Amino acid sequence: MTDLKFEDCLARLEQIVSALETGNLPLEESLKVFEEGITLARHCSRYLDDAERRIEVLVKDDTGAVATRPFVLEAEDET
Amino acid sequence: MSERAVLTVSRLSQQLAAVMEERFPAVWVEGEVSNFKVYGSGHAYFTLKDEGAQLRCVLFRTRARRVRFEPRDGLHVMAFGAVEVYAQRGEYQLVVELLEPRGVGALQLAFEQLKERLQAEGLFSPTRKRPLPRFPRKIGIVTSPSGAALRDMLRVIGRRFGEIHIVLAPARVQGDGAAAEVAQGIRELNALGGVDVVIVGRGGGSLEDLWAFNDEMLARTIAASKIPVISAVGHEVDFTIADFVADVRAATPSNAAELVVKEKRAVVESLADLSGRLRRGMVRALVLHRDRLERTRGRRVLTDPARPLRDLARRLDEARARLRRAALAAVARAERRVALADRGLRGLSPVARTLNGRRALTDLQGRLERGVHRRLDRSRHALGGAAGRLDSLSPLAVLGRGYSLTRTPEGRIVRTWREIAAGDAVRVLLHEGSLDCRVDATREHDDRPQV
Repeated sequence: MTDLKFEDCLARLEQIVSALETGNLPLEESLKVFEEGITLARHCSRYLDDAERRIEVLVKDDTGAVATRPFVLEAEDET
Repeated sequence: MSERAVLTVSRLSQQLAAVMEERFPAVWVEGEVSNFKVYGSGHAYFTLKDEGAQLRCVLFRTRARRVRFEPRDGLHVMAFGAVEVYAQRGEYQLVVELLEPRGVGALQLAFEQLKERLQAEGLFSPTRKRPLPRFPRKIGIVTSPSGAALRDMLRVIGRRFGEIHIVLAPARVQGDGAAAEVAQGIRELNALGGVDVVIVGRGGGSLEDLWAFNDEMLARTIAASKIPVISAVGHEVDFTIADFVADVRAATPSNAAELVVKEKRAVVESLADLSGRLRRGMVRALVLHRDRLERTRGRRVLTDPARPLRDLARRLDEARARLRRAALAAVARAERRVALADRGLRGLSPVARTLNGRRALTDLQGRLERGVHRRLDRSRHALGGAAGRLDSLSPLAVLGRGYSLTRTPEGRIVRTWREIAAGDAVRVLLHEGSLDCRVDATREHDDRPQV
């Protein structure tokens, strides 16, 4: 679940809400998707709360492998 | 005759070459390209021509690399170079140093040509375009670390949704090697993993400044990227090959950032809205199912299990009654028909005829008797009347009042004295009885009062 992208979470949540709103689901199914929806909503919410601003820059180490390190914005010099 | 000055072919050629090469060491020539052909060596040979003449040209590999458009037959060009004599074949040619299209600029022509070619390959096809992720967690940016484009994008992203992960792939965005660096950056971001979308871009500049983004190799790298690519090169009016091949073209770097990063407020609101709808939807589902349950529970089947049985029994009874009525009616109908038939049959039998005849006879007799009696009564009645009248008229009735009737022995009634002579016998009829008399005398007159 936590591996699910925010976008996928949101899409699934929308799907669940739509299905629930049609009222065609059997009760057990309704309860099941409702629980899933609640979990998804919580997950999305946590994602929004936990997200942090992070800016990194790609660097190559001695072997040529690509890695990242924090990026600090340089002074402006280009048009 | 002086001795002839005879030159060898080689000598003449040498002298011609010296004259021509000295006279035309660097010259601009204008004409139309024909017979353009690139050999395996990388050198290109072609002919420049106009209405009156032709000029053989050679474009060596090292020079050809610097030509930014693709020379081809029919193009009107300007070539710069030196005239060279090729003595071995008795020809001269122009060794081209620079080649530029006439009219439209070289860069523009190169741009159009590459665009045309990639388009023909289908690299710009809308079906190749991938949708952008709505909520990218990690955004890759390929641009100059010190450029205005990066600042613009970071500013927009920070304003809209501060908490986002950005990975910068630094690359020069103009000058030689820029295209290769940008392409490398795209490949590295693909290799890094976890990057949801890549923005490739730079700020505005001249056509030459933006030239790196018209590179064919870069275009193919963008097309090959597994991550959706947004190109954001220059300003609104600037179009590059990268713009055409990218999944989305943003007018500016800022615009690119706006396209991928939603406003956090809107995201939070939409999530809150979804959560609300989720709960309401569940409540409604519960209500719905409860209602269904109530309705089901309310049905007679459950409240009165014997009810359907009773209904059935009643229907059975009713059916039975109807059946009986129908059967009786059928029997009655049959009976009626039998009776009718019987009567008809009896009417036709001799016995019936006799009976009928007798009955008719009796009837007639009755009518006859009644008629006769009626007639007799009437006659009797009439007779009674007549008798009365007759009685009152009878002479005998007069006798009752003292009158008498005289008749001759022959029975003739005597009315006058002349009919009788004295001595005649007459019979006098009285009221009661009669007298036989002898007439003494007759008289003409009597003493009765005269009227």
